[in-house]
Amino acid sequence: MLKTGGAIVIVAVLAAVLGPWLTPFDPAAQLLSLRLSGPSAAHVFGLDELGRDIFARVLAGARISLIVGLTVVSISASVGTLLGALAGYFGGLFDDAVSRVIDVLLAFPGLLLAIALVAMLGPSLGNVLFALAIIGWVGYARLVRGQVLRARELEYVQAARAQGASVVRVLWRHVIPTAMPAVVVQATLGMAGAITGEAALSFLGLGVQPPTPSWGTMLNGGRAHLLDAPHLTVFPGLAIAVLVLGFNFLGDGLRDLADPKKAR
Amino acid sequence: MARYLARRILFTIPVLLGVATLVFSLIHLVPGDPVQSMLGEGVSPQDVAEMRTRLGLDRPLLVQYGTFLKGLASGDLGTSLRTNQPVARAIAERMPATFELALAAMAVAMAIALPLGVLAAVRARTATDVAATTLALVGISIPNFWLGPLLAIVFSVVLGWLPVSGRGTLAHLVLPAITLGAPLAAVLARMTRASVIEELNELYVLAARARGASRLRAIVRHAFRNSLIPIVTVIRLQFGAVLTGAVITETIFAWPGVGRLLIQSISFRDYPLVQGCILLIAGTYVSMNLLTDVLYGFLDPRIRYD
Repeated sequence: MLKTGGAIVIVAVLAAVLGPWLTPFDPAAQLLSLRLSGPSAAHVFGLDELGRDIFARVLAGARISLIVGLTVVSISASVGTLLGALAGYFGGLFDDAVSRVIDVLLAFPGLLLAIALVAMLGPSLGNVLFALAIIGWVGYARLVRGQVLRARELEYVQAARAQGASVVRVLWRHVIPTAMPAVVVQATLGMAGAITGEAALSFLGLGVQPPTPSWGTMLNGGRAHLLDAPHLTVFPGLAIAVLVLGFNFLGDGLRDLADPKKAR
Repeated sequence: MARYLARRILFTIPVLLGVATLVFSLIHLVPGDPVQSMLGEGVSPQDVAEMRTRLGLDRPLLVQYGTFLKGLASGDLGTSLRTNQPVARAIAERMPATFELALAAMAVAMAIALPLGVLAAVRARTATDVAATTLALVGISIPNFWLGPLLAIVFSVVLGWLPVSGRGTLAHLVLPAITLGAPLAAVLARMTRASVIEELNELYVLAARARGASRLRAIVRHAFRNSLIPIVTVIRLQFGAVLTGAVITETIFAWPGVGRLLIQSISFRDYPLVQGCILLIAGTYVSMNLLTDVLYGFLDPRIRYD
């Protein structure tokens, strides 16, 4: 599972980076006379409603998806780990405040808050990143808070405190590292979540705006052509499913490594 | 039980207040002037001023907040800007469709996941298990905004068996329910497998077998029954995904529910209606959580005293 997931993710990263060299077609170039043509030797995934090469656009979309995933996960994991660690370590009012904010944010299921935020702020890649990070940090904060609550009672952590180590040192050197394996697993699965989230928002017309080639935007464009050109829907969706499956495999494999008992 | 119930309800009130506050502040996130944004360019300053007064946006923030909460308490969510219909009524008209879809999706999910999960657990570490587990992970990874159009291509366009959009007959419900239920089935199957494996290793299952219970009876009556609490937890957690998934599924299949209303109101910049839909979906989710918590209290007395 770990290897399959890793392989899929590496291929996706390579496709995203090497995209411009893998196809002679510009993802924005239009061949209007060939619009909606199906897959052929020259255009392996066919052409879309404006005659743009779908393979080139899927490759370009991989870049958007991976950038969204990495940005959202980096921001969410950093903010969530920091707030969760501080809340778990200090407890008291700060913990109460963070916990209540988490409770309220968790009252919005799934992407609902992200949809609401983007609906108000306006559709754009920046707003999608912001909205996904706002809902993303909560999972990390809860996870790290729980781990820190346990870790702060450990003898070596108490020994470090007794030796006069500063709060920052205790947290950074002794407490947060105990939560890292779980955070890495969460971040890997979070990549899958962020990629799906962006694609869902773009599919609803609330995310990345045309002509930027996002997989979700491409699927949205394909909806009007289900009858006459299903390839517009098949290939971008396949790309999302394979990449998300890769991150899910990787996350599952890493979780099994971190917690062999659960791997049964 | 009464104390447990009271504690859970008391815990829910600040959460609902937080949700209401967040939804109230949404309109103030609109860049620039929200009224201008709603009405678009080319409207007279009088129209803008009139709309601002109508929405109460000309009053101090605290007064707006107080009015908003007072309205909520009396079930008044404001008026739709596009149709002039009360927001509460517009949502109430769409709610049965969303509940119908959500329930059908959950039924589909359970019908697929429970047998699949139990089968994988009973045949743990065999080819059947690997196939079921991989299938579940693939199911989780396929986004419903792709699965829906794919099902429509196959069953509506190619085979012509089912209608591609709308609501009315049972045939209309099939594709949306599968689209919304499939990812839930995948998650549920994984949880059922893990939970049943855990229970199968317990001594009481061995004891049941020793007393002469058949293998099937030991699995279904003993192991599966006791693995239901974690499964109920997953169903509860996934209910949120069903509510959000409904927004996407209803949009794909033109299903006339609250989710589609939300997306339509976003495109019309009908902010009061957007706020109402968000509030209702979040409120339903919180209420469902409360309900399942109370249900746990009944199912497992240890939880009440925790």
